[in-house]
Amino acid sequence: MTFSEIMAIWWPANPGVSAVIWLVIIILTMWLARTPAHRAIRSFSLIIRNAMRMTARSVTALEQHLRERNREVLLATGMLETERYIEREFHRVEDVVTRDLSGYPSLQRELNDQITKIDKDYREASEVPPMPQNYVDVIRSVSNIQGNGDPMVTRILGEIQTTMKHNSEKEIAEFRRASKERHSLLKTMMPYWRNLTKTLVNVEKKIVGLEDRSKVIDSQIEKYEQIMAKTNLAERVLSSSAMTQFFTSGLVLLIALLGVYVNFQLIALPMSEMVGGSSRLGPLRASDVAALVLVFFEIVLGLFLMESLQITKLFPIIGSLDDKLRKQMMLVAFVLLVIFAGIESSLAYMRDLLAADREALTQSLAGVTVEAPEFRWITTVGQMTMGFILPFALMLIAIPLESFVHALRTVIGMAAEFTLKTLAFLIRQVGNLASNIGHIILNTYDLIIFIPLKIETCVRGKNKTKSAQTNQQKSSV
Amino acid sequence: MIKTLKPLILAGLLTLVSACSDPKSHATSVMLLLDTSGTYTQELTKAQSIINYLLGTMTSGDSFAVARIDSGSFSEKDIVAKMTFDDRPSAANSQKRVFQAAINKMVDEVKSSTYTDISGGMLQAIEFLEETGAGNRHVLVFSDMKEEIPKGHIRDFPINFNGVTVTALNVTKLRTDNVDPREYMTRIDNWRNKVESSGGAWRVINDLDHVEELLNKD
Repeated sequence: MTFSEIMAIWWPANPGVSAVIWLVIIILTMWLARTPAHRAIRSFSLIIRNAMRMTARSVTALEQHLRERNREVLLATGMLETERYIEREFHRVEDVVTRDLSGYPSLQRELNDQITKIDKDYREASEVPPMPQNYVDVIRSVSNIQGNGDPMVTRILGEIQTTMKHNSEKEIAEFRRASKERHSLLKTMMPYWRNLTKTLVNVEKKIVGLEDRSKVIDSQIEKYEQIMAKTNLAERVLSSSAMTQFFTSGLVLLIALLGVYVNFQLIALPMSEMVGGSSRLGPLRASDVAALVLVFFEIVLGLFLMESLQITKLFPIIGSLDDKLRKQMMLVAFVLLVIFAGIESSLAYMRDLLAADREALTQSLAGVTVEAPEFRWITTVGQMTMGFILPFALMLIAIPLESFVHALRTVIGMAAEFTLKTLAFLIRQVGNLASNIGHIILNTYDLIIFIPLKIETCVRGKNKTKSAQTNQQKSSV
Repeated sequence: MIKTLKPLILAGLLTLVSACSDPKSHATSVMLLLDTSGTYTQELTKAQSIINYLLGTMTSGDSFAVARIDSGSFSEKDIVAKMTFDDRPSAANSQKRVFQAAINKMVDEVKSSTYTDISGGMLQAIEFLEETGAGNRHVLVFSDMKEEIPKGHIRDFPINFNGVTVTALNVTKLRTDNVDPREYMTRIDNWRNKVESSGGAWRVINDLDHVEELLNKD
């Protein structure tokens, strides 16, 4: 039975009237079932709303738990990093103290010696020679005395004048000699002064360096204290730092991946000469897989080398190894890396030969005269150099990788936190929506049956009036 | 934990093993049949450039053979050159040079045949392709596709072209085709039906400047 047949069941000849009958039946049924229907709709929307609210509350609780966990991890990581930083700064201070200030007693001795020498020289230089007597006036007075023509007197006066002159010259010469000696003493003091100044400047530099370090340590200690106090500021700073690290190291890793691709391209073709060009491992050529394995193996060796050098701390077990063993491991990793770099360089050379051979064949097949290109050796040398250097360059991936791995935990945690928060919000909104839809359905329900509802209201109103009147009459009686 | 990991490890190993199987399935094998009947020998220089192009595109592990279509083509004597290229690219390049030399020699010394046994050549090609076990199999026919079989030779039986792509190259129009083009159409359609009815794929390429899609390699 089709819908139109059902519609026309009451009056098949006139479907319009039949539809109206259906409408009346439906409206009446709905009016009769109004109270239970309302109850059902209300309880259904309430169930959905409550279920959604409960789910949202659970998700929020989970989000809060995750936030707490993230906070703990972030602060713990930050604490560890700050500890490492402070430790390194203290090591630097220790180095400065051990290297420079351990020689402080000898420096003091040296300074004392220099000061003693300067003091001695100064004392010696401080003895000012007596000024020569003023013979000039005396000689001039003697010269002015008239001999009155007495040769005896004239001779005596001449002798006195000569003696006076001689004494004057002698005293001046003595004075000059003493002054010269004093000046030479003062002159010898100059290098000591310079040395003294230089030594003091060096000491000042070291002290200023230490002062700078102490400022850095102070700021780190302050940061550490904030982390220990679990302040919001510390959390925000650490989160922001983690995000920055994540994006920066991600970018560097992307560049490194391009480096890996270049390295792969450099050795993929010659690898087919070694492992065969037709065998496959699934959809990949065996030669490509071998080239990739070689590149990845070089990266792993690089990681171990960086780990042994204690530049990165991705594998705590390597860091906790005995120093001697760690150094041996470092040596082995370095030697292997050099060997692999050599292999890659030779593969790059082979690639160049193969490319030349292929080019010659293509030219021959195209019917072109084969000509050896000039300056081909430049590309050969370039490829070989690149093949040797790339493994060492890829070794440096370890540094951004470590930052990326560390930042990844925080970033994933933050992303999960955000997702859970959004999910809780959405679930709450769905609950509200269900409640509102329930209201809309109720109103629509009443709208459909508004005629019998109106009649019912009127009838009830009249009944109420009647009963009120009856009550009034009864009370007046 | 180990219990959870066990199926994963097993699945991984199975994937690896299945991935390693059938190393030749990605290889391509091609048999080029050259019509040497009548005046068609004049077209062989075009075929030479096609062969050179194919030699340039084929890689290690691929197989390539060139055979003549003459009065009785179902014979090894008609195979001019046949090679499966070595795993090492350098050795494969040397093989290609030898192959090219053999083709050049054949083109210089070719003599016209009286009949054109295309079906015999096709049979020979199918046999070769089967032997190589390659995943991509192609028969390239450089001919006007007009078959003329000597008396007594039986060729009216179905040939199994399953999994083989047959490409007719440079299908020249004969003088009689100019008189009645339906002859050309019928000739092409007959071959198409013959190939497609036994599971093969059929193509016609007359513009030899666009042969890039000749081998749809994996």
